[in-house]
Amino acid sequence: FRIMAGKVKWVTDIEKSVLINNFEKRGWIQVSENEDWNFYWMSVQTIRNVFSVETGYRLSDDQIVNHFPNHYELTRKDLMVKNIKRYRKELEKEGSPLAEKDENGKYIYLDFVPVTFMLPADYNLFVEEFRKNPSSTWIMKPCGKAQGKGIFLINKLSQIKKWSRDSKTSSFVSQSSKEAYVISLYINNPLLIGGKKFDLRLYVLVSTYRPLRCYMYKLGFCRFCTVKYTPSTSELDNMFVHLTNVAIQKHGDDYNHIHGGKWTVSNLRLYLESTRGKEVTNKLFDEIHWIIVQSLKAVAPVMNNDKHCFECYGYDIIIDDKLKPWLIEVNASPSLTSSTANDRILKYNLINDTLNIAVPNGEIPDCKWNKSPPKEVLGNYEVLYDEDMAQSDGPDRDLRSRSGPSTGVKGSRARDPGKPVLTTWK
Amino acid sequence: VLAEQDSAAAQQYVRQGCPTALRADLWALILNISNQPEDILYYEQLKSNVIQHDLLVDSLIYKDVKLTASNDDYYFVFEDYLYQVLLCFSRDTSVLEHFSYSSATPPKSYIQGKLGMEEYAVFYPPNVNYNSFILSVAPLCFLYHEPSKLYQIFREMYVRFFFRLHSISSHPSGIVSLCLLFETLLQTHLPQLFYHLREIGAQPLRISFKWMVRAFSGYLATDQLLLLWDRILGYNSLEILAVLAAAVFAFRAVNLMEVTSLAAAE
Repeated sequence: FRIMAGKVKWVTDIEKSVLINNFEKRGWIQVSENEDWNFYWMSVQTIRNVFSVETGYRLSDDQIVNHFPNHYELTRKDLMVKNIKRYRKELEKEGSPLAEKDENGKYIYLDFVPVTFMLPADYNLFVEEFRKNPSSTWIMKPCGKAQGKGIFLINKLSQIKKWSRDSKTSSFVSQSSKEAYVISLYINNPLLIGGKKFDLRLYVLVSTYRPLRCYMYKLGFCRFCTVKYTPSTSELDNMFVHLTNVAIQKHGDDYNHIHGGKWTVSNLRLYLESTRGKEVTNKLFDEIHWIIVQSLKAVAPVMNNDKHCFECYGYDIIIDDKLKPWLIEVNASPSLTSSTANDRILKYNLINDTLNIAVPNGEIPDCKWNKSPPKEVLGNYEVLYDEDMAQSDGPDRDLRSRSGPSTGVKGSRARDPGKPVLTTWK
Repeated sequence: VLAEQDSAAAQQYVRQGCPTALRADLWALILNISNQPEDILYYEQLKSNVIQHDLLVDSLIYKDVKLTASNDDYYFVFEDYLYQVLLCFSRDTSVLEHFSYSSATPPKSYIQGKLGMEEYAVFYPPNVNYNSFILSVAPLCFLYHEPSKLYQIFREMYVRFFFRLHSISSHPSGIVSLCLLFETLLQTHLPQLFYHLREIGAQPLRISFKWMVRAFSGYLATDQLLLLWDRILGYNSLEILAVLAAAVFAFRAVNLMEVTSLAAAE
């Protein structure tokens, strides 16, 4: 028995035009949080409240939200690394070919996150690693912050004395998660174009984790630094050389408001194909797709796969000068601010396509649906990985089909996500 | 074709457009650029000239790059390469060889304090229209990431083709002939459109001139631009620029018949 179908009622606590324009163009009705709503585009603070044990409210079948309750398993820097490490160890234990290592003990297929330690917890482990290569540079990032805030580079142990567990000052450093940092080996050989460092921002939509169904937005972009790159130690403090976040770069002298330092992924592709060849370029992009899927698989077992949820992530990837992609981090709330005209169009279309997939036909949702949108509504999204399809037919029918170990499909078959004890897939 | 290093065959091949991965090598083959050590040395020498002597044009180049490439969605990334190439180019006397078959004589000047001493003479490339220069170099940055090779390719493209867009001559690939070709094509195939546009004061050449003089750089997406330049190399002529310009008008003929002003036509 259903109440007469009406227009979708939406709420948001993020006042961005690219969102609101999309809701309005669908004829949806804006309501407040306290009223009956069908669609709530929330900030990450709000999702915490919605699903928290104390205040949490039960969502009904006609309500959808844009975050998974424990998205931080993927989107907090320390938890992401923890989950990936755990995933790799599990694959190794079950003898999966995905976990194969080379003669140096490095994972062949799963080495896509730079060596990372949590501070202060792993301080001693870090020191051990640091001493193996004392001329290396490391990057310190606060676990809970975004937009490049609080990030700095170090090349001497003395620069992070505060985090040493034995340090006399450690009692002043709060052990709460706000002060937790991760320290990663800095990629000091990024691929440079025009002499400048850049990173890739890619959008990935996940509609369900079990079975894993994710889509990649075809129109990602590169974010360039305004200043030429140098690994010189004298410039380690210069954030304009090292950090690609627009929030940082836009304060630089050379920041340009017309293009915002952004390049389309198709420009990147053209450049790489022309200067490096088609094969290595295809391999690079296949690897990028691969690492995104692996990162999602790593967190799938611990994710609360609440049927009311979907999520659009902002993946940050850096390519080094050997054309190897590295996963830097995943953002739960990728910026919806537009820095240029093109940016505005891109983000508007991103939200549009996301809504078309998450809220079928733009009608009041029913969370019992199978989350399988028809191909026509994908817009600029492409299926990145669909666990159902991967299970049902042998050859992969998605973006991974061109490369990646062919054992990838079998790898997922062997896992039974959600249960701590591995059982054979029936 | 590449394995055989056959330049003539390469030229035939690119008439159909190049696959992106092969383009850089095919163009180098057609233009006879092999990036030998002596070429690299020459380029390094030019670079050191840049460092040793400032020229007034340097400021012009700097300003023009800032006005064009730095604001361009595709080319802003290569800003530094553009400075390098253009600053070196303005000191490259070997470019003078082409004047043996061009009607222009280059302006001559002398390094400060060395007036009259021929070995310190500096020749300026003709027609200091750097916007066009900049936009001729920029697309090449997508193909060549080594500055010395980029420089040589650009220089060769310039002396074979692009200089004709910047100087008055009667050559069939010269800008004057291109304008004529464009107007003739339009008049012959789209007489009504031609007449209509002239009537409303939107002379077609006024719109298409800037496309042709820049070989469409800045007006086409880079991947399409490169396909266009494939044909320039393949047919060894710039006539395709006029043909493309006319084709654009043909493509938009229906809409253009309805406009009533130059601004609307643009």
